[in-house]
Formats: sequence, structure tokens, C-alpha cells
Amino acid sequence: MTVVVIGAGPAGLAAASAALRAGADVTLLDSSDQLGGQFWRHLPDSAHAAKQHVLHHKWGTFEALAREVTQHPSCSVVANAQVWLLEQRAAGAPRVHAHVGPVDSGGRETLTLDPHALVLATGAHDRTLPFPGWTLPGVYTAGAAQALAKSERIALGSRAVVAGAGPFLLPVAQSLALTGARVLGVYEATTTAALLRGWGAKPWQLTAAVGKMPELAGYVAGHVRHSIPYRTGRAVVEAHGTDRVEAVTIARVDETWAPIAGTETTIETDAVCVSHGFTPRLELAIAAGCTISADRFVEVDARQQTSIRGIYAAGELTGIAGADAALAEGALAGHFAANGPRSAHIGRAARARDRFIDFGTRLDAVHSPRRGWTQWLRNDTTICRCEEVTNGELTSIQSQTASCGLRSLKLSTRAGLGICQGRICGRNVEELLGEDFADGVTTDRRPIVSPVRIGDLADAAAAEPPTEDPHTAGDLHPRETLKGTS
Amino acid sequence: MTAYRLPPQNDPAERVENERVHITVDGEQLSGPAGSTIAGVLLENGRDSWRTTSRDRRPRGIFCGIGVCYDCILQVGDERDVRACQRRACEGDVVSLQNEGRPDAAGSPRPGSDSSAPASESIAGEAS
Repeated sequence: MTVVVIGAGPAGLAAASAALRAGADVTLLDSSDQLGGQFWRHLPDSAHAAKQHVLHHKWGTFEALAREVTQHPSCSVVANAQVWLLEQRAAGAPRVHAHVGPVDSGGRETLTLDPHALVLATGAHDRTLPFPGWTLPGVYTAGAAQALAKSERIALGSRAVVAGAGPFLLPVAQSLALTGARVLGVYEATTTAALLRGWGAKPWQLTAAVGKMPELAGYVAGHVRHSIPYRTGRAVVEAHGTDRVEAVTIARVDETWAPIAGTETTIETDAVCVSHGFTPRLELAIAAGCTISADRFVEVDARQQTSIRGIYAAGELTGIAGADAALAEGALAGHFAANGPRSAHIGRAARARDRFIDFGTRLDAVHSPRRGWTQWLRNDTTICRCEEVTNGELTSIQSQTASCGLRSLKLSTRAGLGICQGRICGRNVEELLGEDFADGVTTDRRPIVSPVRIGDLADAAAAEPPTEDPHTAGDLHPRETLKGTS
Repeated sequence: MTAYRLPPQNDPAERVENERVHITVDGEQLSGPAGSTIAGVLLENGRDSWRTTSRDRRPRGIFCGIGVCYDCILQVGDERDVRACQRRACEGDVVSLQNEGRPDAAGSPRPGSDSSAPASESIAGEAS
């Protein structure tokens, strides 16, 4: 039994570990050269950090999982592996195509795997709503601030503002403070009333949150120690500066997140770190044909299996519920992908998963963007950063073409056609243009998952076998013999 | 003051930096601790933007920090479109910044169809 796990964050590591324990041969792929994903993005070994654990939650869990997968004789860990294509096959899990080597370089080694089962644990990235000035250097996603603080000990500024929505803002502010920055404030767009309504209602349904209380208490204590103000019902509505950010305007917002006129205050700052939630990285799941739910997550059953037999999904792909949920889901996905038997251990993981799913549902209900955000845009506000398409251009081209298809609107406006392929602007563009598109296509559909150099594609095409003879595949793709006969 | 790297002696993680990497960025010698990304070296050396956009000629640097946004691309050796936030700096790397206007008039209002070419030989998935 061969299982390929894509992504080595909490979900992927837990999946690899569980699949190994169930007796499978496992290949764990990650695009980074380190294990841990974004949650445990950490200093390189060369930093010789004696107390790396002070920068992380559950660092001991990471160390144990990393040790297990790297030392297990049935596990191949392939770092620097960028999966760029899942190719559906007539039977079995899809064929996995990856490039292995330095990030974005040409001529990387090709890796092709034909596993019996596949676990997708590709995680999520920040969603950032646009606002005037958000393309200025000095404006970052909150995730960038967190990643650079934890993996490089870089603070993105000395007078930082953290803004957006959701509890993720708290660890970001803490990481900045631990990296020596003064955090001027954390601005949460959700109003106090909505917070109380959302988190205060039916608290007995929030058993998972009880386990998170010490973590929350830690952030509160840290914020008090570092004198970081926390304000609700407030949003960054503009960043000011010529070639980099110099100040930011914060406004009070109503329950729909529409700014309230006359409440603006301007703060001098050199780093604005913004996050309005997370977008799951769905490309591979969509490429594999997995059913995506109405709220844009991968649908899974009680065993974390997607709608496609042999393909499992875990972590942020199935709902944004944090690392504890990801660990539980990963353990289930890896176990069942490897055909493991039912056991008390797996029963516990399933119960933990169910508790944290409730937490994630609540999180989304309370902090997900409200439609009033569009009211802080101006006509000249950039929406698509890559192609530099403004709000005014988007709406004017839409009205001129009278198009109601997302595909045609992308082609006529160019929004989402740049090098990031709509990863940053996609959902914002969809909301601005109206969500019901005639073609039913969303911006998450990217069959080629990462940029591929044309020369590499040409080389791959030249090396393709003339027929789909599975008996020759092993010869033509030498790395495939690592794990991959099916 | 913009971005900076916390000195090891102040770091609660108690890291030790005894190795450095040296890179050349548009002719200037920069260095950072071994294991730094190229973005990390640039940020530590006071640079928070290192690209000019094609259309409006605006400065950009790092934005998402985890390899999703591609705002921080630059050229390493003869390889273009390398994400500075994802690529570790290697001793002797020669880095150039990608500042390229489009062949048509930069900054002009964009018509529905134009001749702008992607800034690279890369393809980034289908256009739908």
C-alpha cells in the first residue's frame, strides 16, 4: 500500500505518521525545504536556536512527528517538491507530478508518483481585502509578518499595525512583539456586539474552545505585557505614503464592515500587517475532481475521504479550524488512506476532529468578511495586484461588456490573469463582480498548480512515453520506483 | 526605520549566527545569516521593495511572505521570476531586480485588449 501525502504542515505530518503506523509506504512531499508548513515555519538548523519552542505552539508535537517521519524506514520525505499537476487516471488515485529542486529554478528533477491513495494537506493562505494604498511596500499580509518573525526573526517594521479579522491577529501581534517591534494596535473588524453574539451563544457547543483558553490567555497576557491595544469594530481603510507606507487610516465599521464616516484616525506606522481570514489552497483537490462545498472547502466523509475514492483531505482544505483540528483530521486521513483498522486511538481522533469542526464553523460565522468592506474602496483602488486592475476598471468593463461569466470577465478585465493567478485577488474579484456567474467557474480552478517553465514542459513532453503503458512508466520515470507502483 | 532582523543576543529563541552568506544585488554586496531567504537578506539590509511593476511603475517588495502572491519576484543568476521569500540565499548568488515596463505606454488607461506580455517565460496555469 503506497500513500502520497502532499503538504508537511500539522495535517500532512499527522497523516504521514498515521499512514506509517497503519503499515503503508509513505511519500511525504512539501514545497519547502523544511517540515512544518506555515504553522511550524521555523528557523533553519544553521541558526542553532536553542529555544525555538518559545516561538511556536505545540513545538514538541512537531518535533515528535518530524522525527518519526524522517526516521521511519517506510517513509520518503521529499523536500523542495512542488506538485504542479495531478493527472486523473482511469482507476486509482491520480498521478502526481512534481518538480524537485531549488524554488522556481529551471531544470528541476521531475518526480512522478502513482500511489494507491493520496492525502491532500495543502493548507491555506491569508485572504486580504484590498484598500487604498495596500500595494505600497510596508503593507503585508499578517501571515507574512508571522512567517518572517518565526523563520527569520525579522520584524517588518518597528511601529506595526495589525488589522483584519479573526483570532490569527493575536499570535501575529505576539510574534511581532517577540521580534522587537512595537505593535501600535490590533484592529479587529468584527464588532463587539457580533463577537459576543457569535462566541457567547450556546457556549456548551464550544468544547474545543475550552482547550484553547490557555492559548488565548497567553495572548492576552502577552498583549498586556507589551501594551498592545486590541480594538474591535475597526478596519484599516487606507494606507498612506509615496514609495512606502508612512501612515494608515483606521475607521470604525458597522456590523457589515462598512466604514462609519467621521470616525477615521490616522496613525504613523512603518508596517501594516493585514489578514481577513484564510483561503484554502484548493487547486489540487479541484484538479483531482473532488467535490467542493458551497462554502468552498473540500467535502469529506467521516474518514476524511473526498468524493473521489482514494483521495483524502485534511486540515485547512476542509475548513479553517486551526492546528488542533488539522492534526486530528490528518491522523484520520492518513489512517484510512492506508486502510488502517478501526481502533480506540482513531475513535479519539474522530471525536477531537468533530469538536474542532464546530469551533471552525463558529470562527467562520463570526469573523468572515461582511459585504460592507467594498465601501472603503475608491475607483482607483487596485484590486488585482499582479495586473494592476483597479476597482473602477473592473466595474466599468463589467457594465460595458454586460458579461456575467467569470471567465470572460477575467479575460476582458485581466483581473486574476497575472503571475499569482488570482490567488490574492480571486475571491475579492468574485465578490466585486457579483457571485453568481453564468459559467459556474470559480477562480480556484487552476489545473497547472504552480508556474512551470516552458522549457521544462517541453523537456517533459519530449520524455513522455508514446503510449500509456504502465509497464514502461517505471523505466521512464526513475524516481517513480521510490514508492509508486500501483 | 523599516524592517529589521532581531539581533541574536536579544533573541528569546537563543539563536546563534556564526555563518553568513554573501550575495550581490544589482552590484551591491549584501549579507545575512546562513539560511536566510533572499527576501530576508534584502529586508535586513533596509530594502523593502525590489521590483517595479510593469503598468504603473510602482515599487513592490514582499507581500504574502509564503510564496502565494509572487509580488517579490526577482532574478537569481540567469533565472527570472524567482520568489525571494521562498529561495534561500546561497553564497555568491548574483541577484538582479526585475524592473520592466510594458512595451506599450506604461501608466496609460488599459483598453480591453492590449499587447502586454507576461514578464517572463513562465506560464501560470490556464487563463480561465
